[in-house]
Amino acid sequence: MGQSVELDNVTMRFGDFVAVRNVSLKIGAGEFFSFLGPSGCGKTTILRLISGFMEPTEGAVRIGSKDMRGIGPNRRPTALIFQNLALFPLMKVWENIAFGLEARGVGKAQRRRRAEELLDLIALPGYADKAVSELSGGQRQRVAIARALAVEPAVLLLDEPLSALDLKLRQHMRSELRAIQRKTGVTFIYITHDQGEALTMSDRIGVMSQGEVLQIGQPADIYDAPQNAFVATFVGESNLFPGTISRIEGKEALIETAVGPMRGRNLHALPVGTPAIALVRPERMRVLDAGEAADNMLESAPQRFDFEGAFINVLLDGAGERETILHLTNDGRTQARLQAATLLRVGFDTDATMILPQGQTAHG
Amino acid sequence: MAELFRRTGPLIAWMALLTTLLWVAFMIVLPQVMMVDFSFRPSLPPSKIGGPEDVYTLKNYATLWANTIHRGIFFKTIWSSMLVTVLALAVCYPIAYHLAQVARGQAAALLIVALIVPFWVNEILRTFAWFLILSRNGIFNSALVGLGLIDRPIQFIDGNIGVMIGMVYAYILFMVFPLYNAMESLDRHQIEAARDLGASTWRIHWRVVIPHAKPGIAVGCIMTFMLSAGTIAVPRLLGGPRSRWFTEVIYSWFFDGGDWNQGAAYAFALLILCIVFILVMMRLFRVSLQDIAK
Ligand SMILES: Nc1ncnc2c1ncn2[C@@H]1O[C@H](COP(=O)(O)OP(=O)(O)OP(=O)(O)O)[C@@H](O)[C@H]1O
Ligand SMILES: [Mg+2]
Repeated sequence: MGQSVELDNVTMRFGDFVAVRNVSLKIGAGEFFSFLGPSGCGKTTILRLISGFMEPTEGAVRIGSKDMRGIGPNRRPTALIFQNLALFPLMKVWENIAFGLEARGVGKAQRRRRAEELLDLIALPGYADKAVSELSGGQRQRVAIARALAVEPAVLLLDEPLSALDLKLRQHMRSELRAIQRKTGVTFIYITHDQGEALTMSDRIGVMSQGEVLQIGQPADIYDAPQNAFVATFVGESNLFPGTISRIEGKEALIETAVGPMRGRNLHALPVGTPAIALVRPERMRVLDAGEAADNMLESAPQRFDFEGAFINVLLDGAGERETILHLTNDGRTQARLQAATLLRVGFDTDATMILPQGQTAHG
Repeated sequence: MAELFRRTGPLIAWMALLTTLLWVAFMIVLPQVMMVDFSFRPSLPPSKIGGPEDVYTLKNYATLWANTIHRGIFFKTIWSSMLVTVLALAVCYPIAYHLAQVARGQAAALLIVALIVPFWVNEILRTFAWFLILSRNGIFNSALVGLGLIDRPIQFIDGNIGVMIGMVYAYILFMVFPLYNAMESLDRHQIEAARDLGASTWRIHWRVVIPHAKPGIAVGCIMTFMLSAGTIAVPRLLGGPRSRWFTEVIYSWFFDGGDWNQGAAYAFALLILCIVFILVMMRLFRVSLQDIAK
């Protein structure tokens, strides 16, 4: 069964460099928690702190409310799946899976039996005596998961385990991982820089940047109510319109931007006169018919149409900070109809417009 | 090979090939063949060479078998070389592991330099340094007596201990570098994975590091064994009459006894036994020539 993991004011320094800064959070027993962040933001470092390969410079790591300081990786109730899997190439598949049991002194017959059970769980029955080199990428992936599960960890730590797989297999493995997590009840801590992966699999997500955890929340919160510009731009696509807040109306505010005033949700209760940005997701924008109106509107010439199948991406000329993007659902006639127009009127509602403090974005 | 031909043109390529072949034929193969031929003939004065008495015989080999002292030295040399090999492995394994997996950047570079620098000094001088350390009135004995650990100096030289220490030291690099090479290519994550799965240090080495480094271990052991069995400098300097090495016996057949045929037989016997030893080791460790060539 899973156990909770708590980071209490954890800081990790390498010399002068701070890889993890003041991170405090609590992951519940049996939760699927993802750390999401760009390369080099300290995700692997956090996993290594939890698994015991490093001790934090400051702060405490607690697993099942027990302080882990001084307890080595071989004695923590965690199992780590490495970024490159690190299977033992000179051992057979079943020996790989049973290695943790071997280390615990379990007899050979029982090890073999357990390995075969786990091979069934990961849908690779009959692979026990194969060599690791005979497996495909996805199969190795699954063997690594089985090897980690064999020691019945309370917490499974996964370091971007799907990054090496192709798209189809990745999607398949996502649901498989989720299923294994539900079946075993183990706490999963998952690391990824792929926001799609984090959004689809996780109970909660922690978004990281430069060693700090910027926001923790359920996928829908992260996407629909981001704390700041970085989270908003890192998770999902977004259109940004910088400006200054000119009026407050309850939970809403009016912001003066280069393309005119916009009304949006004032998520952080910013006062009048504050520099801010209005942020709109591309799928929340629509093309207005003649005479139709919306809470917020802008007019622009379409630059390019990117056909994606289910969606058509429309890129508009310099209305926002970067080019403005619209995701339109493809009904078979959309593109032809839009291409005829030289100027598009685009509308979006107050509800779809988030007003956030100005700050660093993931675009740099 | 084809690459060589393409890059340099046929003339130079053929010349390079021919010189190499000639070198191998005249400098390596021919002398060895002559040695073997020598070893099967009786020792005769020059006037009788080619005469009716100059026939192939096993007499020289029978001498080695019949002479209990020489036979004893022969097997003692093999046995001692095995001991030296095991000792060198025990000393070098931790060093190589530390170099390959633990030490980082500058520390690793420094350690490598520290290992190599002594080997810029000639082997005889290095061995002689050990003589100074280990001799009756040497540094080591003085220190032990000074600390009150022993009453009287210990006779290291003139015994097997001195020879063993000297040899282990002399061949450290030949053991460290093959081990280091093999261990360096081991992904550090595999060691961490094993630890994460609960393995003790001992098990990590037994199940992960040693299997990976096996070809390197085999190369290091073979080199150290061959060098130990074939050396003459170390036993000469650090040994005495009681720790004679088989090479010293061979030497004295050639240069003191003047019986080249007998010496050749002894040398050839040593070579054969060394090769047998290597093959047995390779069998035992289940490494093939291809593994070693890597
Ligand atoms: N042992 C170490 N010594 C010094 N610096 C380190 C060490 N480990 C990590 N770092 C630094 O800490 C920062 C965070 O590294 P980390 O491996 O946690 O990033 P990450 O988020 O996992 O990135 P990626 O997505 O590329 O794997 C990096 O800038 C890295 O250079
Ligand atoms: Mg990483």
